[in-house]
Amino acid sequence: MAKKPETRPNVSKEDLLKYYREMLLIRRFEEKAGQLYGMGLIGGFCHLYIGQEAVVVGLEAVAKAGDKRITSYRDHGHMLACGMDPKGVMAELTGRIGGYSKGKGGSMHMFSKEKHFYGGHGIVGAQVPLGAGLAFADKYLGNDNVTFTYFGDGAANQGQVYETYNMAELWDLPVIFVIENNQYAMGTSVKRSTKSTTLYGRGLAYGIPGEQVDGMDVLAVKAAGEKAVAHCRAGKGPYILEMMTYRYRGHSMSDPAKYRTREEVEKIKTEKDCIEHVRDLLTQGGLASDEELKAIDKEIKAIVNESAEFAKESPEPPLNELWTDIYA
Amino acid sequence: MATEVLMPALSPTMEEGTLAKWLVREGDRVKSGQILAEIETDKATMEFEAVDEGVVGRILVAEGTAGVKVNTPIAVLVEEGETVSDAPAPVAAPVAAPVAVVESRSEARPTVAAVAAAAPVMAASGWPHTDLPEGPTRTMTVREALREAMAEEMRADPTVFLMGEEVGEYQGAYKISQGLLDEFGARRVVDTPITEMGFAGIGVGASWGGLKPIVEFMTFNFSMQAIDHIVNSAAKTLYMSGGQMGSPMVFRGPNGAAARVGAQHSQDFAAWYAAIPGLKVCMPYTAADAKGLLKTAIRDPNPVVFLENEILYGRSFEVPVDGDFTVPFGKASILRPGSDVTVVSFGIGCSHAMAAAEELAKEGISAEVVNLRTLRPIDYDTVLASVMKTNRCVTVEEGFPVGSIGDHLASTIMQRAFDHLDAPVVTCTGKDVPMPYAANLEKFALITPAEVVAAVKSVCYR
Repeated sequence: MAKKPETRPNVSKEDLLKYYREMLLIRRFEEKAGQLYGMGLIGGFCHLYIGQEAVVVGLEAVAKAGDKRITSYRDHGHMLACGMDPKGVMAELTGRIGGYSKGKGGSMHMFSKEKHFYGGHGIVGAQVPLGAGLAFADKYLGNDNVTFTYFGDGAANQGQVYETYNMAELWDLPVIFVIENNQYAMGTSVKRSTKSTTLYGRGLAYGIPGEQVDGMDVLAVKAAGEKAVAHCRAGKGPYILEMMTYRYRGHSMSDPAKYRTREEVEKIKTEKDCIEHVRDLLTQGGLASDEELKAIDKEIKAIVNESAEFAKESPEPPLNELWTDIYA
Repeated sequence: MATEVLMPALSPTMEEGTLAKWLVREGDRVKSGQILAEIETDKATMEFEAVDEGVVGRILVAEGTAGVKVNTPIAVLVEEGETVSDAPAPVAAPVAAPVAVVESRSEARPTVAAVAAAAPVMAASGWPHTDLPEGPTRTMTVREALREAMAEEMRADPTVFLMGEEVGEYQGAYKISQGLLDEFGARRVVDTPITEMGFAGIGVGASWGGLKPIVEFMTFNFSMQAIDHIVNSAAKTLYMSGGQMGSPMVFRGPNGAAARVGAQHSQDFAAWYAAIPGLKVCMPYTAADAKGLLKTAIRDPNPVVFLENEILYGRSFEVPVDGDFTVPFGKASILRPGSDVTVVSFGIGCSHAMAAAEELAKEGISAEVVNLRTLRPIDYDTVLASVMKTNRCVTVEEGFPVGSIGDHLASTIMQRAFDHLDAPVVTCTGKDVPMPYAANLEKFALITPAEVVAAVKSVCYR
């Protein structure tokens, strides 16, 4: 991963504050979700995004109205970053009627047609052709929207990813494949699952350009995103961004994470944390005072607490919901 | 020594074909490997090469002749110096009148008589067909009906498109999509690489993006590569999104046994897909079913698995001329009314059921044949009403016995019409074995009209 930039980047105070706020919302939301899980209010699988926040926030910064996004089951951050209501997301985690899927989807299966968020997919790799299909529709309909198709380093070994690369390039589909390489597919490190560890490079075999990006640096993510989006909107076909990132928590809530050392995690947290990075840029550059940032922290905390309260108070779905939404 | 040149079988299911064109004349010397003729099967026009060297002594079947049975002598090769009169007298070729049964030419509609002569198996046109609406009909093959359904719906809705292997430039592996590329262009008739999981997923994604994809599997055997997207991506998303977004699309292609293609290419997935909530499942028998159900499927806002049958593609039936004709889902048809026993089937099983009913009628047993047409939803009401009338039921399907549609019907009838039954429900299915290749074993593995006759007799205690 790249080092922190030495010089102050060319970015406005407003933008930095926006990224700070959005990344912080995801982190605090996920911490709260972890708490609620511990209290038994969230059940089943719950995959937290803590550590990876810069990836979705940086890419959402280059999206425009009508652009689509689709991801795996580690999806809470993507939903918050694209503007979905934290209350609706948290209430889905608790399986309540106020959730985005009325409590019928859960942590891994949430959607918002309004925000063009197409899930939330529990089958590793399945979202890759699905995302290309969304891009196929945009191309067919003749607009210049793009689809951000997120998947992890684990999914990168699924065959359907390469079937999709082939067709996406063949048909010049406006899809950005975002590999969130957090270095562990559940408990298997990238090194233990492949000898070709430069994952974006696999796209070259299909003619798809791509690059590796410091996914812990929101500004680097945004810069790479701009390039990818420009490529897609110009009708040049897909682009691959391999985001080098790291998840601080286990694969899911039930993962003791014995496959890596505590030191490894601490080192990343200390040296590479994406939120601390932006906080440093703001304070060291004299763009924001501690008071200003504290006020934002407080504001975010209030939003997250409100979402948790909503998620606890929203009733469970009525039993007749069992039978609805099976057929349109 | 004269050699007979026989009409070749050029596809697994070909039983006859059209001798479209001779490329040699009597008296021509031919070499092994030389193209002798063009032969039109129900799928394609194929070139037919000479195996032996020799001189074309006599052409026995004139070009343009349709309905030439496989293994009919079509020419005689003689040796250099040998005269035609030395050759054995040609056997009169058992061929039908040269009627142009050429599917690509829509203006050359075969007459009912011509089709009857050409079709080796009984068409439903002569049977009571109580579900067809009033109005004029015309005879067409199941293949033409499917093609027409897609073309009409593509004309009516610009978001409908077809994707799959060989659907475009090749004109369809089974000629279902023939002509669609010419009419609709490559934007809407999309040739894919051989990559079922990938293009099924892209199809589902496109349906979420505002399109109505028709995803063709060259056969449903290959849908096993893609079943995750059918079941996990397409069928469940409406539910998992709390009703926000569904998958308005069709997965279609031939399903079930073909002929002599072995275990991996011969199986019926009807019961598999019918088990999945969120999917709708059609399995047409007649051309009218095929056309009417496919139009309904394309218009339906849900993912529809549409199971066709390669052997039925070439069979002809009456289809309403009305362009608005559709067949609703969940509505069985009575192919043949009867009073002694209810025979429930779907897809090609109906063909066996009808043949059995004919046979049974000769022995004084009146069978009512119910064609389910859709397996999800299933028309329980029609089945139960018929069973309550006849008090006996036999189910007929090609699929494997365990967890079959027949099992489900038997259980439903047992639970909802137990007091009306005079005998246990008997389920006729394919045998519980992978499909063998050997001709005799394959025949043995498949359900036959004779087995249906025996089952009916057993429930009638005859």
